[in-house]
Amino acid sequence: MLKRLHEDRPAATVTIEFEGEKLKVLAGETVVAAVMAAGAAFVRTSAVSGAHRAPYCQMGVCFECLMEIDGVPNRQACMIPVRDGMVVKRQYGAMELDYE
Amino acid sequence: MSDEYDLIIVGAGPAGLAAAVTASRNALKTLLVDEQADPGGQIYRSIERALPENRSALGPDYFYGQKLLEDFRGSGADYLPETTVWNVDRELNIGLLTNGQAKQIRGKHILLSAGAMERPVPIPGWTLPGVMGAAAADILFKSSDMLPAGPVVLAGSGPLLLLVACRLIDNDVPLAAMVETSSARDYLRAIPYLPGAFRAYNYLLKGLSMRYKVLKARIPVFQGCRDLVVTGDEEADGLRFTCHGADQHVRASTVLLHEGVVPNLQFSRLAGCDHEWFASQRYWRPVIDKWGRTSLEGISVAGDASGIRGAKTAEAAGHLAGLDAACRMKHISDAERDRLAAPYLKAVTRERSIRPFLDHLFPPACQALVPPDDQTIVCRCEELTAGQIREAVALGALDPGQVKGYTRCGMGPCQGRMCGLTLSEIIASSASLPIESVGQLRVRAPLKPLTINQLADLEIFE
Repeated sequence: MLKRLHEDRPAATVTIEFEGEKLKVLAGETVVAAVMAAGAAFVRTSAVSGAHRAPYCQMGVCFECLMEIDGVPNRQACMIPVRDGMVVKRQYGAMELDYE
Repeated sequence: MSDEYDLIIVGAGPAGLAAAVTASRNALKTLLVDEQADPGGQIYRSIERALPENRSALGPDYFYGQKLLEDFRGSGADYLPETTVWNVDRELNIGLLTNGQAKQIRGKHILLSAGAMERPVPIPGWTLPGVMGAAAADILFKSSDMLPAGPVVLAGSGPLLLLVACRLIDNDVPLAAMVETSSARDYLRAIPYLPGAFRAYNYLLKGLSMRYKVLKARIPVFQGCRDLVVTGDEEADGLRFTCHGADQHVRASTVLLHEGVVPNLQFSRLAGCDHEWFASQRYWRPVIDKWGRTSLEGISVAGDASGIRGAKTAEAAGHLAGLDAACRMKHISDAERDRLAAPYLKAVTRERSIRPFLDHLFPPACQALVPPDDQTIVCRCEELTAGQIREAVALGALDPGQVKGYTRCGMGPCQGRMCGLTLSEIIASSASLPIESVGQLRVRAPLKPLTINQLADLEIFE
């Protein structure tokens, strides 16, 4: 669980959708930081055992923050800043290839 | 973006920024690409939008980076943020993904300054939510003005452990304990290197002042700890360990682990540069000369990606690599390069003087190098345990690639970044082989996720 240190500082806010819920977050935050500050204890589940996982490194190395962002799975949510209107979902297990 | 660059730099930390400044000053057409949204690397992360509220907590060592950022912004070098590099080859081609578009560009010279990563700390329970690297907390603080809500337990060894302890104390985050894996014996081992370290006394003073802050805040400190286990079912709820024979359990909702940092070798290994084993801190590093030149013509490495020496050395090394690239492209003569390089070479020597002391004071803990407990997960992505790797070794797999084939260790999304070092250490210890002969997992492109569509739409600039 993460906390914002200066919750009421004057900063631009953006609204993202996480698991169907609208979150007002601060511009400049990464996607994964924003959802964890909103109380998300885990952001994906393991593709092997289904265990809950949350980011370990926050710098693009561990791939534990893989989430679905704007319909695209396997995005590294610690590397992506929040943008207004973003739709973010947890990634459950391995993603399937979408054949057409 | 132009078709051809004299110099393409990967990574906008102190080394990459300094190289961009010096190369541009010497009329090289320079491109700096970086994965983050803001320049500064991890050490000066988000420095251009640092909050006034956090000014004193961030401290002068952080804001020292401002000058470098200003110089870079005025340098005229092209800059591509939020851009991942998914390929580098010995023909000096670089594969980029920027704004959803994959591109392949060619540089006359490439500088890899991708910095460091935290050494993974494979202990039982380290995959539970609530466990992070200590550097991860520092990154959240710098980039997002956040910290774990706490209580936090910090565990491991290294200067960064102390720095993060101070960050937490400064921001009133409850710190339940510091569980240090280094011990009084490490301090004794480091003493012979202390006189050499006095040349960089500012680091010693900083270390002492951080120690004092932890002491004054009355944080329980345990030293010489072993057998660390993160407890909890779905989430971490504490850390169990033994300290001088006594069992301890500290309750915390966040466990921050740290056993030092290691070079990020993804690019230099993919390109095929020669690497060597650095025994005292137990990591590989590219073989380079004083200019950062690798075994491959036209590819240089600077900063922590060439071995951990800190931000100031990285900056000097970046300038040196920039000068050398300018010299290689005949923009300056050898004599001119050597003259301009003098102050940077001096800085490298001075900054280097603290390292033998730090390297001996903070050796990575044995438990983190070769997990003794068979159930400990080593490969987080594929959930492979130390025991499963040892079984594969017993079956005759003595090469990391072979173990990967037997077990899938290193085959998940992180592509072996988190398990690679441990895998090599386990093979070496189980088979009683020198780790140099065991070697490492092979690194393959694409280094970062790329969709088939993006690859099909690849734009190639010759």
